[in-house]
Amino acid sequence: MVAAPPAGGAVQGVSMAEIIVVTSGKGGVGKTTSSAAIATGLAQRGKRTVVIDFDVGLRNLDLIMGVERRVVFDIVNVISGEARLNQALIRDKRVDTLSILPASQTRDKDALTKEGVGKIIEELSKDHDYIVCDSPAGIEKGALLALYFADQAIIVTNPEVSSVRDSDRILGVLQSKSKRAEDKREPVKEHLLVTRYDPARVEKGEMLKLEDIREILAIPLLGVIPESESVLKASNTGNPVIMDQESAAGQAYKDAVGRFLGDKIEHRFLEPTKKGLFSRLFGGRAA
Amino acid sequence: MSWLADLFKGRRAEPPTAANAKERLQIVLAHERIGRTREDFLPKLQMEIVAVVARYVAIDPGRVNVSLDRGGDMSTLAIEIDLPGPAASAPRRAAAS
Repeated sequence: MVAAPPAGGAVQGVSMAEIIVVTSGKGGVGKTTSSAAIATGLAQRGKRTVVIDFDVGLRNLDLIMGVERRVVFDIVNVISGEARLNQALIRDKRVDTLSILPASQTRDKDALTKEGVGKIIEELSKDHDYIVCDSPAGIEKGALLALYFADQAIIVTNPEVSSVRDSDRILGVLQSKSKRAEDKREPVKEHLLVTRYDPARVEKGEMLKLEDIREILAIPLLGVIPESESVLKASNTGNPVIMDQESAAGQAYKDAVGRFLGDKIEHRFLEPTKKGLFSRLFGGRAA
Repeated sequence: MSWLADLFKGRRAEPPTAANAKERLQIVLAHERIGRTREDFLPKLQMEIVAVVARYVAIDPGRVNVSLDRGGDMSTLAIEIDLPGPAASAPRRAAAS
C-alpha cells in the first residue's frame, strides 16, 4: 500500500508520521471512544495507523478496541526494555493498517519517561502515517507526555461547563508545554470534537449550543458526535463505534475523519430528529 | 392532593439554563486566561494593603475579611478590616509618635 503524504509538511523522501493527541483535561468525556473511532477511521481510509494508550494504570483502550485478550506486553515493557516494540504492538484483525499499543495496567504513570516515549514515537514514525495518542484525564505526567510530541490535537469536549473549562485549560497546556511550543515551532494544530451532543436538549435551552462552545473555545470544529446509545453498545462488544455505520455516532465519526483528511463534509446531527406521533408514543431514541 | 400540585408544578416550564452556563464560562475563562500568562497578584496585593493599614492602626490580622467577585466587565475586591475603637488605638499612636 502506498501511503499518502501526511499533512503538516513532512520532508520529502523521509517517512514521518503525523502525531495526533486526543485529549480533554476532563475525564469521561469520550477520549478513548474517540481515539478508537478516529484511529480505526484513519486506518479504514488506508492510512497506516497506530493508537497508543497513555493511561498507564487505568488501561481501557484495549477493551474499547476489543483486543484485551491479546495483550501480552505494553508500552511500559517497551520503555524498560523488557519487550521490543513489535512484540507489544497488537495488529487489529478488522482493519489491517491498524495496530494498538496498550498501556500497562499494573505500573504507575512514573514508568513513562519523555525519552522512552520519544524513542517509541520515533520508531513508529518510520512505518506509520498516523500515531494517535489517547491521553489520560488530568494535566499530570501521563497527559503531558501524551500531548508532548503532538503535531495535531483533537480536543474532546462535552456541552457542559466543567468540560469546556477543562478543554480551555488543556489548550493552554498545549500552547505552552508541547514540544512544538518548547522548540518555538509552528504551534500544535487544534481541532474541536464535541461529543455527547443532544440537539433536543439544546433546542429546549437545557444544553450549551454548539455555537456557544465554538465561540468560547475559538478553535476549528472537526466534528459533533451526537449522544447515542450505539456508543455503549460498541464498547460492550469491543468494536469501535465508527464500525457501526448504521448509527448516527458512527457516521459522525466517519465524517470527522473525512474532514481531518481534508474532505469537505457538512456537519450533521445538529438538529433534533423530528419524531412522528408513533415514535413519540412508543419511545425509541437516537440509534 | 399533593400529587396533583406536583403534576402541575412539573408542567410549568423552568427557565432554560444553557444561557447561564455560557455566561458563567465566559467570565471564568476570561479570568483564567489572564492568570495563565500572569502571576496571580491578589494574595500579594492583599498582604501589602493590610501591612500599610497596620502601619497606622493597630489591627488584628485575624479580623481581616477579603472577598472577591469576578465579573465580566468589572471585578470587585473588597478588603474589610476591623479597626479598633479610639480608646484602644489612641495610646498606641501616642507611643509611636
